[in-house]
Amino acid sequence: MNLSTIPTVALVGNPNCGKTALFNALTGSRQKVANYAGVTVEKKEGLAELPDGRRLRIVDLPGTYSLRARSPDEAVTRDAVLGRLPGEPAPDVILCVADATNLGLVLRLALELKTTGRPVVFVLNMIDIAERQGIEIDVDALSRALGAPVKATVATRRRGLDTLLEIAAAQAEGASDLGPDLWREPSAADVRNGHRAARDLMRNTVRPPSRPDTLTGRLDGILLHPAAGLVILLGLLFLMFQAVFAWAAPLQDLTEAGFAALGAAATAGLPTGWMQGLVVDGLIAGVGSVLVFLPQILLLFVFILLLEDSGYMARAAFLMDRIMGGAGLHGRAFIPLLSSFACAVPGIMSTRVIDNRRDRLTTILTAPLMTCSARIPVYTLIIGALIPERTVGGVLSLQGLVMFGLYAAGILSALAVAFVIRKVLWRGGSEPFMMQLPDYKIPDPVNLLRNLGQKAWAFISRAGRIILPLMVLVWALSTWPSAPEGAEGPAIAYSAAGRIGHWLEPIFAPIGFSWEMVVALIPGMAAREVAVAALGAIYAVGGAEGDLAGVLSRQWPLASGLAFLAWYVFAPQCVATLAVVRRETGGWVWPGIMFAYMLALAYLAAFIVYRVAAAFGLS
Amino acid sequence: MSSDALRAAPESAVRLGDMQPGFCGVIVAVRRPLGAAPGATDPEELELRLLEFGFVEGARVEVLHEGPIGGDPIAVRVDDMRVALRRSEAMNVILAEASA
Ligand SMILES: Nc1nc2c(ncn2[C@@H]2O[C@H](COP(=O)(O)OP(=O)(O)O)[C@@H](O)[C@H]2O)c(=O)[nH]1
Ligand SMILES: [Mg+2]
Repeated sequence: MNLSTIPTVALVGNPNCGKTALFNALTGSRQKVANYAGVTVEKKEGLAELPDGRRLRIVDLPGTYSLRARSPDEAVTRDAVLGRLPGEPAPDVILCVADATNLGLVLRLALELKTTGRPVVFVLNMIDIAERQGIEIDVDALSRALGAPVKATVATRRRGLDTLLEIAAAQAEGASDLGPDLWREPSAADVRNGHRAARDLMRNTVRPPSRPDTLTGRLDGILLHPAAGLVILLGLLFLMFQAVFAWAAPLQDLTEAGFAALGAAATAGLPTGWMQGLVVDGLIAGVGSVLVFLPQILLLFVFILLLEDSGYMARAAFLMDRIMGGAGLHGRAFIPLLSSFACAVPGIMSTRVIDNRRDRLTTILTAPLMTCSARIPVYTLIIGALIPERTVGGVLSLQGLVMFGLYAAGILSALAVAFVIRKVLWRGGSEPFMMQLPDYKIPDPVNLLRNLGQKAWAFISRAGRIILPLMVLVWALSTWPSAPEGAEGPAIAYSAAGRIGHWLEPIFAPIGFSWEMVVALIPGMAAREVAVAALGAIYAVGGAEGDLAGVLSRQWPLASGLAFLAWYVFAPQCVATLAVVRRETGGWVWPGIMFAYMLALAYLAAFIVYRVAAAFGLS
Repeated sequence: MSSDALRAAPESAVRLGDMQPGFCGVIVAVRRPLGAAPGATDPEELELRLLEFGFVEGARVEVLHEGPIGGDPIAVRVDDMRVALRRSEAMNVILAEASA
């Protein structure tokens, strides 16, 4: 069957009504996730097959309360519904998905959708919860009053889905007699009238719950409590950190060992020469340096999905809004920033939960200042090499204090940068913080696994496509031209990277960087921690980190080492981060701004640290 | 219509943004913010957003919780739905007190 003859069915509804769960259940694994052309909103489409072989193209759209769009996501929903997206067929059928326990707002949306003239099917999802609460809905009366077929479903249990597909297919076949498109941007009066009509509709067709949900109210009493709520939130954060840094460690060691074994096998199997170097040091080491973070990132995604699906995420944003707001950040920025402690790439990807563009950009710009785990190997190496193992005040380790100071410096500068962005870039205006607090639910494991798979794949393919070619490039730069016969010193000194390092040295001299340090920054572009391997290559000590620390402690003045650490608090050179920012913001403007400000801050911080340390005689 | 509704509101009218947890009321008017700060959300936009979230004349509102710092934002029940919003935004929702 030709793709263009498969009818398109669009899923539209309020946030949290189960659209994505329905989309997953209808399409199974026959789905693909891409971006809408020109905008950075995720586009999810898939194929659903009826028992008789007919097929429907299903499109999951961002949640909305109205076709009057407030955010880029909602604009996509509007344009998709109205058939205004270039290269996208207008939907043949609109499935208006409703949370059956919460019909107030979606009925107005359904009435608005009807004015587009396209066939609408009203889906009463989460009917299981509605039944448990004793909500009675007169489906026939509702269908008559809406002038649209109504079907009750349970997306997570696949209940009612076959009939739903039948109805949708039948509607699509009759879609030749479209009504006129009467939709126009609703005014305040239109919205008021819509609510009035929806309320009448509801009064005549829905009996309120006989056993209303009391769990959400009771849980909120604790989880939103001004004191207990914050303590629980901090506890959850602690658990999340514990998971990301401690529980992931064995898996990471396994990944590392696996790639080391693979590299050894390739070294043995391939003849010595540039081919071997490309495969072992370029490709295998490159893929390994990305995948080693995968266990952390998967665990992080599991936490985020659990928090989202259970309904807690909105509560976290509620508790944090004022605290974050002091720095000009939105309450919802909290989770993306937290994720960035593992890696800024998934952090920036998860800023999609922030629907306002300015708030989202502020969060994206500050996310890379959170100390990501790729900086840890660099910090550990240099602290171990240069900071004496002493205790301060009898209990605190000096090395630990420096590490803590670096984390704190990252957080404080993120807050300061957000504050400045708010004051300079978006003067004055603060966006409304209005958000539904959904009922608590026990997350559905199958749905969670499927969403986890999608997110993990998005990370691997995005990071992989950027980092892998870059690793090969960096490898080539640090390999060619090769050292002449009988040359002194490490081979990398003669390579293109070495020359760039020498050439850039005067620029970095004021902040105390030697050419070796500058060279290490270049491969650090692929992933920040690769700087460690690069230093190993430069000082020709191979893989043994203990030796490298010894060499550094002899060769690096303390002031230069501290300046290097200060540089790494900002470390603007992570290309994966810049590339993901380009994807998420749809252009090079914002990655450009990000690189420029981080570069300036890195240089400034290193300069100050170097000069102050030198003044204290530490060089 | 919003300014008319405000004038017509009963003497006991209060602003949602001033209310404490436990308060119950019925919306008598949703108005456009007056004298908005330059650069802030345009007043009509805020009115529309409030309306789209179900803050509409006649809806029952109960204040449920308040945030840990300065009692901001607040969590309210609007008819059957829980919504969080900042007090500054809630100032544009005018209520008449109702018995719980
Ligand atoms: N009990 C029940 N839970 C559901 C149903 N549909 C979705 N959910 C859950 O509701 C939550 C929100 O669903 P999601 O698909 O993310 O909503 P979306 O924001 O509309 O995409 C998830 O935890 C789902 O597992 C349903 O029919 N019954
Ligand atoms: Mg969704």
